[in-house]
Amino acid sequence: MTELTPVLSATWGAEHSWRLETYTSAGGYGALTKALAMDPGDIIQAVKDSGLRGRGGAGFPTGMKWGFLPPEDGLPRYLVVNADESEPGTCKDIPTMLNSPHVLIEGTIITSYAIGSNHAFIYVRGEVVHVYRRVMNAVAEAYKAGHLGKNIHGSGFDLDVTVHAGAGAYICGEETALLDSLEGRRGQPRLKPPFPAVAGLYARPTVVNNVESIASVPSIVDRGAEWFSSMGSEKSKGMAFFSLTGHVERPGQYEAPLGITLRELIDMAGGMRHGNKLKFWTPGGSSTPILTDEHLDTPLDYEAIGAAGSMLGTRALQVFDETTSAVRAITRWMEFYKHESCGKCTPCREGTFWLTAILKRIESGNGTRQDLDQLLDTCQSIAGRSFCAFGDGAVSCVVSGLKYFREEFEAYVDGTADFDPSAAALFDYTTVTDTPEVTEEAHA
Amino acid sequence: MTYDEKTLASLNEDAAQIVARYPVPRSALLPLLHLVQSVDGYVSPDGIAFCADQLELTSAEVSAVATFYTQYKRRPNGEYQVGVCTNTLCAIMGGDEIYRQLSERLGVGHDETTEDGKVTLERLECNAACDYAPVMMVNWEFFDNQTPDTAAQVVDDLRAGKEVAPSRGASSVCSFKEVSRVLAGFDDGRADEGQAAGEPTLVGLNLAKEQGWKEDGA
Repeated sequence: MTELTPVLSATWGAEHSWRLETYTSAGGYGALTKALAMDPGDIIQAVKDSGLRGRGGAGFPTGMKWGFLPPEDGLPRYLVVNADESEPGTCKDIPTMLNSPHVLIEGTIITSYAIGSNHAFIYVRGEVVHVYRRVMNAVAEAYKAGHLGKNIHGSGFDLDVTVHAGAGAYICGEETALLDSLEGRRGQPRLKPPFPAVAGLYARPTVVNNVESIASVPSIVDRGAEWFSSMGSEKSKGMAFFSLTGHVERPGQYEAPLGITLRELIDMAGGMRHGNKLKFWTPGGSSTPILTDEHLDTPLDYEAIGAAGSMLGTRALQVFDETTSAVRAITRWMEFYKHESCGKCTPCREGTFWLTAILKRIESGNGTRQDLDQLLDTCQSIAGRSFCAFGDGAVSCVVSGLKYFREEFEAYVDGTADFDPSAAALFDYTTVTDTPEVTEEAHA
Repeated sequence: MTYDEKTLASLNEDAAQIVARYPVPRSALLPLLHLVQSVDGYVSPDGIAFCADQLELTSAEVSAVATFYTQYKRRPNGEYQVGVCTNTLCAIMGGDEIYRQLSERLGVGHDETTEDGKVTLERLECNAACDYAPVMMVNWEFFDNQTPDTAAQVVDDLRAGKEVAPSRGASSVCSFKEVSRVLAGFDDGRADEGQAAGEPTLVGLNLAKEQGWKEDGA
């Protein structure tokens, strides 16, 4: 059986866990001292050797991303930390920043030193004010302690950190949209290439990394690449957060080696609520195709989840039991994508609008069999034809939903579907049976 | 612009501090928009003119940015922004019903404000607290594991002018204007308030401690 491996979460729950003194007394900022005595190239090599892959969803090797920066030319280059956690189901970076912001600050300093950046930005989504307070406070504490500013601990290395609040836009989690937003523009994705490593923030070489990736760096420097890569599976190394949510007895954050299975995690969480049957789940947020109970023993690593037809994403394990209507779940997700589409490209902007309209029609019992084919057809017009990965992510719940639950969609069309929303809720209430509202007309 | 002299002087001073955080002034636009909300309670025409003036942009350029982001309000906002998450996970765990009952209780729909100016209701997208579903946010503080009754109590207390404490966050919810000032990057000194780690946050850590599991890489 796989065991949990709390590294980033080790000090959570301690009295004033977010303060510098708590972090330091648990050995914090020891890795910074070690790093400042190292050659920056050796830090990049250590991160490459550790096998750390981006924890923000895409899983790209972190050290390799750093290695893409062109040689220094004496002009600025930037580190931007993506703390815009918004992928539905994803809830790991928020507790990290609330409970242990200094692990992120220490990782930010070490990474900036490694890539030769003297100004780093932490882009926090705007809808979490206490997180923003904690991160700003941690940066202020770090300046006071001499971990930030000029000539850090006599190393000759200078670093300033700016904490920046977003203003409510899911797309800003996409790295180039985030850069546009940080430059004071509408958060719309940029054409790639050029990649941020070559022309990122202010058209200068830029590394954009997720909070959890950056927070993993101090432990790699401190304990070594071998320690890190001894955890996990062959190509998916190290520990990571698995955020278990939904119809399980004890939802929450489980920090474990990559390759643990959902069955093991659900066992640790005390099983499904009321001993109900698992119906479907997302391995890494709503943009990753749903899986079912046949995938309970699939290792949660990049390769195995990929082979099962989905993606590991952010390890946001949203678990739904048999009381849940898949049609309702997918319709809600599509409403989200419609709301959050940035509008830059036509397939995504128009496609998510029509998918929502058709799904709502089906959910309200007014759909037709033809609608089901229309859904797939529209998905095909979006996937691979959109400007950024948002479009691919948006359709994955529909395509995978129809793959596993087509009969349920048909039951909605035939008027034989029978789901009581109150049965799926976590509190008791009596469902009000209004006539379903059809607010938008869908024309196939 | 119709700001009085004193307001304008303090806005100018704050804006200078914000602009100084960035290598390129335009990066200050998002925090500047939060700043004008902290004064006007929404992104007012005056606020747009102020931002444009500070950054040498046109008011059309500023409006284009302000209208892209949901946290910038185009009409005077309630003192409390109350958002019920109705993204899939929270919706199914009960968020849909919480929103329905709250909307009925307040007599307002999505993005509408109660007549007393206290509460602006919103259907919220995922706020990254799914392990505490169903979730409600009040002025961007976490209210975890809500039911229709607990949510109703919160809005009743807000409307009655009582102090309301989030589940994880500061010891009380501040006003929309006050929270906007924090988001503009001005510390209100409340980072130390609250514990911020509920049971779901610690569930894995506590299990590991109980079982004697360690991160020894074995």
